[in-house]
Amino acid sequence: MDADLERVARDRDKAVVDDQVKMHRRRSGRAVAGVAGGLADHLGIAVLWVRLAFAVLAAFGGAGVMAYGLLWVFVRQARDEPKQTEVSSREKQQARGLLAMGIGLAVGVGALSGMLNGWVAGGIAVTLVGAALVWREADEEQRRRWKPGRSALFRVLTGAVLVVTGIAVFLALSVNLDQMQFALLAVIATLAGVAVLTIPFWLRLVRDLGDERTQRIRTEERAEIAAHLHDSVLQTLALIQKQNDAPREVMRLARGQERQLRGWLYGPSGYGGGRPGDSGGSEPTVLSEAIALACGEVEDTFAIKVLHVVVGDCPLDERLTGMVYAAREATVNAAKHAGVGEVSVYAEVDQDSVEIFVRDRGKGFDPSTVPEDRHGLADSIRGRMERGGGELRLRTGLGEGTEVHLRMPREPIASKKGN
Amino acid sequence: MADKPVRVFLVDDHGLFRAGVKAELDSITDEVEVVGEAGTVGEAVAGIGHKKPDVVLLDVHMPDGGGAEVLRRTRPDNPDVVFLALSVSDAAEDVIAVIRAGARGYVTKTISSHELVRAVVRVSDGDAVFSPRLAGFVLDAFADRPGAAPISDPELDLLTPRERDVLRLLARGYAYKEIAAELFISVKTVETHVSSVLRKTQLSNRYELSRWASDRRLV
Repeated sequence: MDADLERVARDRDKAVVDDQVKMHRRRSGRAVAGVAGGLADHLGIAVLWVRLAFAVLAAFGGAGVMAYGLLWVFVRQARDEPKQTEVSSREKQQARGLLAMGIGLAVGVGALSGMLNGWVAGGIAVTLVGAALVWREADEEQRRRWKPGRSALFRVLTGAVLVVTGIAVFLALSVNLDQMQFALLAVIATLAGVAVLTIPFWLRLVRDLGDERTQRIRTEERAEIAAHLHDSVLQTLALIQKQNDAPREVMRLARGQERQLRGWLYGPSGYGGGRPGDSGGSEPTVLSEAIALACGEVEDTFAIKVLHVVVGDCPLDERLTGMVYAAREATVNAAKHAGVGEVSVYAEVDQDSVEIFVRDRGKGFDPSTVPEDRHGLADSIRGRMERGGGELRLRTGLGEGTEVHLRMPREPIASKKGN
Repeated sequence: MADKPVRVFLVDDHGLFRAGVKAELDSITDEVEVVGEAGTVGEAVAGIGHKKPDVVLLDVHMPDGGGAEVLRRTRPDNPDVVFLALSVSDAAEDVIAVIRAGARGYVTKTISSHELVRAVVRVSDGDAVFSPRLAGFVLDAFADRPGAAPISDPELDLLTPRERDVLRLLARGYAYKEIAAELFISVKTVETHVSSVLRKTQLSNRYELSRWASDRRLV
C-alpha cells in the first residue's frame, strides 16, 4: 500500500520533471512576453542571440514577428520560477533596441520591397503593438487571477484602441475598392481584430478545460486504487485478524496478498503496465508468467515461500507448459517433504534451451529408497520432461537438500526470437 | 570481520519499520550497532555526514528522490560509507537504479534478521550483496540477445563465464559458501567475482542498464 502511494508520488515527481524539460516563457526579466528568454533557457544560450535572431528574421516578410507571436500564444508561461532572472539596465536597453529594430525591419523591408504600401504596413504595425499590449496584460492577469487595477484597465484599453486604429488605417486605405468589397473587408478586419484581442482568453479557457480533465483523471485513478485496495488488501487483513491463532494460514494469506499486490503494482499486466486488474485471471502466455503463477499456487497451497527468478523469457508452447508443470511438481515435492519454509526456483531461457532449477535446503533423500508406488518424481516430473524431449537431473542426499534440474530444448522456430 | 560492531545508520520514511529493524538488530547480535536513523532525504544527508556510520541501510522509495538521491548527495563527501539498499520493491528498474547510484547491495525487506546482519557485515567488509532476484536481473541485463546494444567496452560490458556461473548459482538460491563448494573455489574468490559484477553493473553502458537508469533520470 505504501509502495503504491510512493509510486504515485514518484510518477507525479516525474511529471514535474517533464514539465521542466518543456519550454516555458520567462516570468521575470522579460522585455515583451518572455519568449526569447524562455527559448534561450531552453536552448541554453544567451538571450541576446535569440532576440537578435528574432529581429533579423523579422526582416524576412515579418517571419520573426510571426514566430514570436506564435510562441507567445502556444508556449505557457512558467508557473513559478526557481530563480528570478536579474536584468541589467544595459540588457533592458539592448532588448528594447532589438525590439524596435525588429519591428522597424519588418515594416521597413515590407514597405520597401513593395509587398505592402507604407500605410498598410504602418496599420499592421500599430495593430501588432496593440495586440501585444493586450496579450501582455493577459499574461499578468493570469498571475493575479482577475484583479484588474486601474493601470491594467488603461493598458488593455490602449491596446484595444491601437488595434482598432490599426485596422481603421488599413481599411481607410482600401477606399478605392467598391462598396461590396469594402464591406466584406471591413467585416473580416473587425473579426480579425476581435480574434486577436481575445486569443489569450480563449487560450486560457482551453487550458483550464485541459487542467480540469487531468484533475478528473487523477481523481478517477485514485478511486480505482482505493477500490482495489479495499477489495484485496483490506479483505485479506480482515481474514488475517480472524485467523490469528493459525500462523500458517496467516503466512499463506499474507504471501498470497503480497504476490497479488506486487503483480498489480509492478507486473506486466498490472497497474504499472496500464491494464488494471489481476494478472492471475488470464492464462499465461510467456514462460515467466507461467512460472510466477505456478510458484504462487504452490505458495498458496502449502504456505511456504517460493522465491522465483526468471532470466530471459519466451512464449509458452506445449513442451514448455509441460516443463512448467514438472517444475511445479518438483516445487510441491519440496514443499511437502523437505520440511523447510523456502524453496528457490530459477529459470533461464537460452538460445536453444530452457533450464529450470528447483532447490530447497531441506532434508534431502536417497532416491534409491523411494518406494515404487510413489510416482511423484518418476511420472509427473521425469515423464513430462521426457515426453517433450527434455531431461531431468537430480541432486540430493540425506541432509543436503534437494535440487531438481530440468532442461528442455526449445522449438527451433522460436529459438531465434529471444525476448 | 571487524572486532568492533559495525555502525549502522537507518534511512526509511516509515518510522515503524525503522523501529522494527533497530529492535531486531539490537537484540539478535553484537556485530552491528544502530547509531542513527533518518526519515527524510534531508535528515539522512545531515545525519550520515555527522555520524559517519560504516553502513547505511537505505530505503529505495522515499519522498524527495528516495534512496538514489541520498546516495547522490552523500557519497561525494563520505566515500568510506557503504550503502545497502533495502526495499519492498522487486522491480528491476528500482534494483538496478539504486545499484548504479552506488549501493553495494540490495536486499528485500522480507529478509530474515540473521540474513540482514550477515549482509550488513558483508558490505562493511567491502563485499557486494546480491539477492537472488538482483542476480537474475543482472544476468538478464548482461544477456547476449540478438539485437542487443553493441559492446563498446568488453572489459565492462561482458561478464566472464566464471562471473556468470557465480551469478547463476546466486539466482538459484545458493549461499556464498555453497557456491564456493560447487565451483571448487574459495569463498573469497566468490566475493571477488560478485564485487566485480557489481562494478560492471555500476559502470557498464549496456543498453538495458542505461535504459533502466535513464528512465529514472539517474544518469
